[in-house]
Amino acid sequence: MCTWIAERADITGHGKGVDDWIPLNRAHVYYDHPVSAPLDHALIIDFTNEAAGPGARVCVELSAESARELVRAIQAALATGQAQHDLSTAAGRR
Amino acid sequence: MFEAMLAETICITGDNGDTIQAYYARPIVATAVPGVIVLHHMPGWDEWSKEVTRKLAYQGYAAICPHLYSRIGTGRWDDVAAAARARGGAPDAQVVGDAEGAAAFLRAQPDSNGKVGVIGFCSGGRQTYMLACKMPSLDAAVDCWGGRVIVPPEELTEQQPVAVIDMTKDMACPLLGIFGNEDANPDVEQVNRIEEELKRHRKDYEFHRYDGAGHGFFAVDRPAYRPEQAVDGWKKVFAFFEKHLQAGPSAGTARAGR
Repeated sequence: MCTWIAERADITGHGKGVDDWIPLNRAHVYYDHPVSAPLDHALIIDFTNEAAGPGARVCVELSAESARELVRAIQAALATGQAQHDLSTAAGRR
Repeated sequence: MFEAMLAETICITGDNGDTIQAYYARPIVATAVPGVIVLHHMPGWDEWSKEVTRKLAYQGYAAICPHLYSRIGTGRWDDVAAAARARGGAPDAQVVGDAEGAAAFLRAQPDSNGKVGVIGFCSGGRQTYMLACKMPSLDAAVDCWGGRVIVPPEELTEQQPVAVIDMTKDMACPLLGIFGNEDANPDVEQVNRIEEELKRHRKDYEFHRYDGAGHGFFAVDRPAYRPEQAVDGWKKVFAFFEKHLQAGPSAGTARAGR
């Protein structure tokens, strides 16, 4: 797509990089040219911790179809968690 | 062909006097050579951009590829590019300053013939179009599938505040455009509009449009690579640079002498 357009989400969590786990506080989501995946375009998610520098990043590059499947799987996992662990209450306790 | 060359990462003075990284490749020759600035594509200052820089040296040009995200910090080029995207990309005014620094570096070399061109890919193609309008010292510009030359007002940003097509009247050097007819950005209709604008302002340009090719079809490490179209496209690029950079007075020299 060759654009600078990206969706941004503030997040709370950790991610596993090559060497170790790193705390993450932001995700940038965009559909553009991937660096590594053998695709013309990909849905790319950069999980980052900007205070820790450019290298504090966990990146995934997915085909559009598999990204939609991932969204479905996330929604399904959250629904299961909601049913079994009462996520709204858990979130309220943080 | 120039099989002997020197290639290395150096530091140059960019916009605002900042020190930025640049990849510099030049043929080892006893004669004066032209310079070419290589503007990397949006994914970053990657291996392919440096291959292009060496390709230009092989063809007899002192080529320099400034790292447009250099100020982000150290680290892998793809991590640095991701951080640049998070900030909305390299600001246009900064890109102009960095390119002016690269041109000054090239012209200051003892074996420079005084002429400097620019070639850019993807976002670098758009930046090339902008530099052709903002840097009167340039002698030639090659826009390879630059996207978002045309952009609606609501999509302008602090970093890219002006649609570069609106700068066309100020274009001061010949422009070569290379496009794939299956590209979505720019698509055929957008390339038509850019060409109409160049005609309207009576600019010196030539466009080559390739069937069976989309975006980034020179990139040998990507699925968009189209060997037949890419080989022909490179021939067009080097014929254009040969015509405008290898002989005659430089735009920079001519303007400096006024």
